[in-house]
Amino acid sequence: MLGIRKEFPGIIANDDITLQVREGEIHAILGENGAGKSTLMSILFGLYHADRGVIRIRGKEVSIKSPNDAFSLGIGMVHQHFQLVHNFTVAENIILGKEGGFVYDIHRASKRIKDISERYGLSIEPDMVIEDITVGMQQRVEILKMLYRDADILIFDEPTAVLTPQEISELMEIMRGLAAEGKSIILITHKLDEIKRVADRCTVIRRGRLVGVVDVQSTSASEMASMMVGRPVSFKVEKAPSNPGPAILRIEDLSVMSSRHVLGVKNFSLDVHAGEIVGIAGVDGNGQSELIEAITGLRHAESGRIFFKDADITSMPIRKRNELGLGHIPEDRQKRGLILGATLTDNMVIKEFYKEGFSHHGILDYPRIHDYAERIIEKFDVRSGEGAESLAGKLSGGNQQKAIIGREITGEPDLLIAVQPTRGLDVGAIEFIHTQLVKERDAGKAVLLVSFELDEIFNLADRIAVINAGRLIDVVRTDETDVDSVGLMMAGIKASGGER
Amino acid sequence: MNRIRPLEARKASPLLVSLSAVVLGIIAGCVFILLIGKNPFDGFEKILFGALSSRRRIGNTLGMSTQLILIGLSVSFAFKTGLFNIGASGQMLVGGIAGSILAYYLPMDMPRVIYIPVIVIAAAAAGGIWGFISGLLKAKFNVHEVVSTIMLNWIAYWMVYDFIPRFIIDPTISVKSKPIPLEHTLRAEWLREATGFSTLNYGFFIAIIMTVAVWFILKKTTLGFSLKAVGSNRFCAEYAGIKVSSSIMISMAIAGALSGLAGLTYYCGYSEIMEMGKMPNEGFDGIAVALLGNCSPAGSFFAAIFFGILKMGRGSLAATGIPTEIADTIIATVIYFTATNVLLSAFWNGRFQRSFEKKEEAVSYALKAAGDMRCASDLSRKEFDELAKKGRKLMKEVR
Ligand SMILES: Nc1ncnc2c1ncn2[C@@H]1O[C@H](COP(=O)(O)OP(=O)(O)OP(=O)(O)O)[C@@H](O)[C@H]1O
Ligand SMILES: [Mg+2]
Repeated sequence: MLGIRKEFPGIIANDDITLQVREGEIHAILGENGAGKSTLMSILFGLYHADRGVIRIRGKEVSIKSPNDAFSLGIGMVHQHFQLVHNFTVAENIILGKEGGFVYDIHRASKRIKDISERYGLSIEPDMVIEDITVGMQQRVEILKMLYRDADILIFDEPTAVLTPQEISELMEIMRGLAAEGKSIILITHKLDEIKRVADRCTVIRRGRLVGVVDVQSTSASEMASMMVGRPVSFKVEKAPSNPGPAILRIEDLSVMSSRHVLGVKNFSLDVHAGEIVGIAGVDGNGQSELIEAITGLRHAESGRIFFKDADITSMPIRKRNELGLGHIPEDRQKRGLILGATLTDNMVIKEFYKEGFSHHGILDYPRIHDYAERIIEKFDVRSGEGAESLAGKLSGGNQQKAIIGREITGEPDLLIAVQPTRGLDVGAIEFIHTQLVKERDAGKAVLLVSFELDEIFNLADRIAVINAGRLIDVVRTDETDVDSVGLMMAGIKASGGER
Repeated sequence: MNRIRPLEARKASPLLVSLSAVVLGIIAGCVFILLIGKNPFDGFEKILFGALSSRRRIGNTLGMSTQLILIGLSVSFAFKTGLFNIGASGQMLVGGIAGSILAYYLPMDMPRVIYIPVIVIAAAAAGGIWGFISGLLKAKFNVHEVVSTIMLNWIAYWMVYDFIPRFIIDPTISVKSKPIPLEHTLRAEWLREATGFSTLNYGFFIAIIMTVAVWFILKKTTLGFSLKAVGSNRFCAEYAGIKVSSSIMISMAIAGALSGLAGLTYYCGYSEIMEMGKMPNEGFDGIAVALLGNCSPAGSFFAAIFFGILKMGRGSLAATGIPTEIADTIIATVIYFTATNVLLSAFWNGRFQRSFEKKEEAVSYALKAAGDMRCASDLSRKEFDELAKKGRKLMKEVR
C-alpha cells in the first residue's frame, strides 16, 4: 500500500501512509488510538475507498472496491469487533456469502472446515452454534473463515484484546504456523510484548502519518512505544501505599445464577474499602461477569446481600445505585457502554441527563450538556472527527473506551467498578488511565478492578481477590504475594496448600 | 472552515432519498399510463386537478391527509423508540368508537370549548390504552409487538362490531352508526365555509400540534431521550439506569394515543359515521407515510400530504379513462423504492463520489499544468472550484 490517504469529515485518518508486507512475514502495525490503523486495514479489505494512493499485490496494482474483491485477491480480515451471526452454526457462518448457487452442500463444507481446523490446530467443530462458544473460539472461527476462502494475506485487528493469556499464546502459535506456510500476516495490537513475541517487522504510525518501520528483533519495546506516542512512556504507575478507610462495598455470601442457569458465583464475600483498589484476578468466565452484574444491578442475586455505603442494594434499581455513587466501566463497550448511533454528547450524559443541571422540568439543557461533554472529551483526550457531535460508532475502538472511562470518572463515583478498563487502549492512554484510577483511590474513592491481565492487577491493586469457578479463593495483599502464587490460586489451588 | 468536503462526506441525505423515491414512483406511474395507451400528462394533470384545483378540493385533500399525518407520526414515534407499531388500525378504531359514543351521549348544549377537549382526551386515552396493552405484553411477557398489535386490531374490530349496535346504531341502516350531528363533530362552520364545505376539520390542527409535539418530545425532553436510548440500544439504556420495560409501555401508549386521535379525526371529523365490519386501511398507509418521511415528524407530515394528494386526486382520473388504480400503483411504487432506500442512497453516493473524483482529477491536472506543488486537498473550496473549471478546459483542449 503506497501513499494511502483517507479523510473523514473533520479528520485525516490516513495521511500518505505506506505499508509494505513481505510474503511469509508477520508484520505488526503500532499506533495510538485513532491513529488510523483500522481505517488503513479497511481500505485494504475494500470497506473504504482510499482518496489517494495505490495498492499493489505481488507487484501488480489492484483496485479493491469491496470485501468480495479483497477475498478474490486472497485478503482476509478478522475485525476488531467480530462479525458473526450468533444463532448460526460455525459452518453456516463460514460459508455465509460464499454459498455458491441456491443450494449449498453443508456436509462438504463441514468436512473442509474440519480439515482446515485440524491442519492449523484450530480445534473447531463445524456444528457448534456461535453463541455457545467462547470468545477465543469465535475468533478462531473468524480465522477459519479466512482460510476457508483461501486467503493468504491475513489481517488481524486487535485480535488479543478479548482473549485470555492462554488463548493469546495459542493464537500466537497459530499465527506462526500460518506464516511458516508462506501466508503474510498483518497484526494490529497495542501490546508490545506480543509484537516482540511474534512479529518480524513493525510499522509505526501516529495521527495518521507514518513514523517509521522497524525491525522487531533489534528494537526494544520502550523504543517502539516512544516512537508511537512521541514521548517516553512509563509502564509502571507511581503510587504511594494505600490508606484504606471504612468499607464502602460489602458483599456477603453472594450467589448469582449465570445465563446458563447454573450458579456462576457461589457464596462470595468481599469488602472494598474507601481509598483502596481491589483487583479481582481470575481466568475469564469464572464468575467475574456475574459478580459485577449483581453488584451493578444488571443481574439479580440468588442469595446473599450487597451493601454499598451501608445501604442494602441487593435488589435496588440500577438508577438508585448510580445515584448512590456507583460508577461502572462495563466489560463490553459496544453492547453496554455506548449507544453507537447516538452522538458523543448524548452518550456522555446517558446516566445523568434527567438530573437538575442537565435538564429542567423534563426539558434537556443542551448547551450545558454539550459543555459537559466537551470537558470530558478534552480531559480524556477522546479523539474524533467532529468532536462532541461525532457519532459514538464512528470513533476508533480505543477512543470509545476512553469516552466511557471519562464519563464514569467524571461522574465522581464513590465506588468505581472497572472491568477491563484498558482493553484496546494504547500504552500512552493506559498510563493515563492508570494514573487516573490511582488518583481516584488517593481521593478516598474505592475501586474494584476486574482484569484478565495479571500485569495490570499487580500494577494497580492494593489487594487481590482471586476468583475461581465462582468462588473466592483468597484475598491477599499485593505486596505480600507474587505472580506465581496468584497464578496458582487462579487455577483453584490455595497458596497455603490444599485444594479449594 | 472553507476546506473542501472529503469524499467520505459526500453522501445522499434522507430527504434526497425520499424525493427520489417519489420521482421514481411518478415515473413508474407514467410508464403504466403509457402502457395502457393514455397520455401520462393528462393523468397527472387530473390527479393534481382533483386534489388541488379548488378551495374545496384542497380542503378535502388536507382532510384526507389529517389521519395519515397522525398515523404516520404514531408509526414514526414507535419506530424511533425501537418498536414496530402495526396496530394503528385497531388503535384508530378504539379512538373512533370512544369519540363516537361520547358524541352520541354527551349533551348537545355542552359548549364546544369543553366538548372538543373531552373527546380529544377520550380518543387519545382509548388509543393509548390499546397501545399500552401491546407495550405491557412486550415488557412483561416478551410478546413481540407485531404479533400483539395485529391481534389487538381484530379485538378492536369485533369490539366496534359489538358496540355500534349496542350504543350508537342508526335504526334506518342497521350496519352503521347514527350520523353525529354537525356540532358534535370536529368540523367547524368557518372552516367549512372557507373551503367550500370540504371535509377539512379541527383534526388538521390537532395533526399540526402533534407534529410539533412529537418533534419536541423526541428532540428536547428527558422522556424522549430515554425512549430513544431504549430504542437504539436497550442494553446500554438498562446499564445507564433507564427502566426498559416502562419505556416500552410509555412509548407504545404514546404511539397508540396518536393513532387514537387519527381515529377521532377520521370518524368524527372526516366522516361522521362508523361502519360495522370495516378495518380502516389507513393503519397500513401510515407505515408507508412513516417510511417515506424517514420516521421524522416533519417528514411524516409532508409524506402524508403527498399521499393525501394521490388519494384525493385518483377520483378525477376516471374521467380520462385511466384506471384509478394507477394512483395506488404510484403509492405502491413509492413505498417500494423507500423500502429499498439502500439502493437509492448507494446510487447517489456513487454519483456524488464519482463526480468528486472527476473534479479532483481536473484540479490535479490544472495544478500540474501551472507547476503548483500543492495537493487538491490543501485548497480552499473556492480555489478548488476554480481550478476544477480550469483543469477541465485544459483537458478538453489537449484532447
Ligand atoms: N466511518 C467513520 N466516519 C468518521 N470518522 C471515522 C470513521 N472511521 C474512523 N473515523 C475516524 O478516523 C480516525 C482513525 O480511526 P481508526 O479506527 O482507524 O483508528 P485506530 O488506529 O484503529 O484506533 P484504535 O487503536 O483506537 O482502534 C479516528 O479519529 C476515527 O474517529
Ligand atoms: Mg482500531
